[in-house]
Amino acid sequence: MIEERFDAIVVGAGMAGNAAALTMARKGMKVLQLERGEYAGSKNVQGAILYADMLEKLIPEFREDAPLERHLVEQRFWIMDDRSHVGLHYRSEDFNEERANRYTIIRAQFDRWFSSKVREAGATVLCETTVTDLAQDAYGRVIGVRTDRQDGEIHADVVVLAEGVNGLLGTRARLRERPKPNKVALAVKEMHFLPRETIEARFNLSGDEGVVIEAAGTISGGMTGMGFIYANKECISLGIGCLVADFQRTGRTPYELLDHFKRHPSVAPLIEGSEVKEYSAHLIPEGGYKAIPQLYGDGWVVVGDAAQLNNAIHREGSNLAMTSGRIAAEAIFQMKSRRLGMTAENLALYKRMLDRSFVLKDMKKYKDMPRLMHTNSQNFFLTYPQLISKAMQTYLRVDGTPKSEKQKSTLKSFVNARSWIGLFGDAFRFARAWR
Amino acid sequence: MVERSVRVEDKLFCNRYLVDAGRPHIKVRAHTKPSPQLLALLKACPARCYDLNDKGQVEVTVDGCMECGTCRVIGEPTGDIEWSYPRGGYGVLFKFG
Ligand SMILES: Cc1cc2nc3c(=O)[nH]c(=O)nc-3n(C[C@H](O)[C@H](O)[C@H](O)COP(=O)(O)OP(=O)(O)OC[C@H]3O[C@@H](n4cnc5c(N)ncnc54)[C@H](O)[C@@H]3O)c2cc1C
Ligand code: SF4
Repeated sequence: MIEERFDAIVVGAGMAGNAAALTMARKGMKVLQLERGEYAGSKNVQGAILYADMLEKLIPEFREDAPLERHLVEQRFWIMDDRSHVGLHYRSEDFNEERANRYTIIRAQFDRWFSSKVREAGATVLCETTVTDLAQDAYGRVIGVRTDRQDGEIHADVVVLAEGVNGLLGTRARLRERPKPNKVALAVKEMHFLPRETIEARFNLSGDEGVVIEAAGTISGGMTGMGFIYANKECISLGIGCLVADFQRTGRTPYELLDHFKRHPSVAPLIEGSEVKEYSAHLIPEGGYKAIPQLYGDGWVVVGDAAQLNNAIHREGSNLAMTSGRIAAEAIFQMKSRRLGMTAENLALYKRMLDRSFVLKDMKKYKDMPRLMHTNSQNFFLTYPQLISKAMQTYLRVDGTPKSEKQKSTLKSFVNARSWIGLFGDAFRFARAWR
Repeated sequence: MVERSVRVEDKLFCNRYLVDAGRPHIKVRAHTKPSPQLLALLKACPARCYDLNDKGQVEVTVDGCMECGTCRVIGEPTGDIEWSYPRGGYGVLFKFG
């Protein structure tokens, strides 16, 4: 079969690769998809929240048989110091709808299911195959791939690079840069198993209702990072991620950071008595809009995390991956059906279509956020959480101190820590990056 | 902040691996004195694959590697390490991910 020529080769069977391969196979294209894992998903790590809308565009009836955990009825955001947390909760009965908007999933299981849909659509899916290099002609045009399975090359009109954040092939072929330590976060995560009833009682849930908690503050020890706790049916995904550059700078170890997070008095009771069945680690693209590389060239396009299409502020990645994969596939199909070559000039259509979608619009909106967070990590992840917690405590303790004095002392603690100029500067910079 | 020592080995113990014996996918360049980047890997690797030998050089044992790429991002630009994925099917096998 390797002698065959394909319309398209897709590298990777993650969210982006599966979306691309599915879309092209459904349109009747001859697609080869290569995945290095034993099965699709066996190398992948995620929180994970699945956004229904983007999957529905690919598989409208996915709720019938996709391995979904819980539909989310509640979102919590915690600002943490070492002993307390200030929380924002949003819970709504409206989320108990027929076609829920967000679900928790278990990535290894979900990807396997997604991959079965790709096979059903007619793509050739080869797992346990690591692509080692891109094959290029004398002009640098991408004409196929080389794998660790055999010596020869496999040829195709176009290669869709859906290889994820690490993006080895694209960087080896000098199509884009290697991710830099200040543009990727390392997340470590554990799966904590508990009886269903225990999870439901601890998180105030019934049936398949779900809740997720995002947490920031002193848990990252002044590094740019966030923690998360997601309730699944019979387990809890719990993890924390910080910029690789911050780990490098501070010498903090990821597993000790995770342990510290688990022992926090607000977190420990949620996982007490659980059995840990997996420990995993993965990078997350955090560079934002400014880190997006060239997205297409002669004979290739790049989609998903490999293209840094990840909205770290909103913790969205897989939906951008699925959407970019689908859009790339649609652009490729247009070339194919109009019998146009897969040249950089023609494939620029992919970028134009992506520009019009939420993917690049959202990325652009937060283009200044990563730098702000990274250069002010001490303030945003250490000083402010401590101040906020202190302010709440002062406010809530009833000890005979007049309220006006409490307010004054709270204000003073903020000004002492950051100065008026610092406070206004931070607020201004934050507002500008957010707007 | 005081950190109690956590045994990574215990954590990795619950993971599934198919080790490609004799074919490590990461290699450390021979050195006499480790660079700051190499030393950073002792701490930054979430599986603690990097360790010092008795000559004070950094060594890698990839058996517990989760293929996250952290050491690649830190150590490849300086040429301190060579990084590839394991052969197809080998390496870590996440059941949940
Ligand atoms: C801890 C964590 C929590 C997250 N939480 C969320 C969340 O809640 N919601 C959300 O939307 N996003 C979340 N994300 C982000 C999301 O996981 C990614 O954005 C998404 O997986 C990107 O999809 P992808 O297809 O581009 O890459 P991946 O899903 O990483 O897929 C890449 C695939 O390519 C394969 N591959 C790579 N190189 C080769 C090669 N050379 N040969 C063969 N195969 C290869 C890999 O094995 C893999 O299967 C989270 C990420 C992490 C790490
Ligand atoms: S890839 Fe990740 S887990 Fe493997 S050795 Fe490098 S840092 Fe450690």
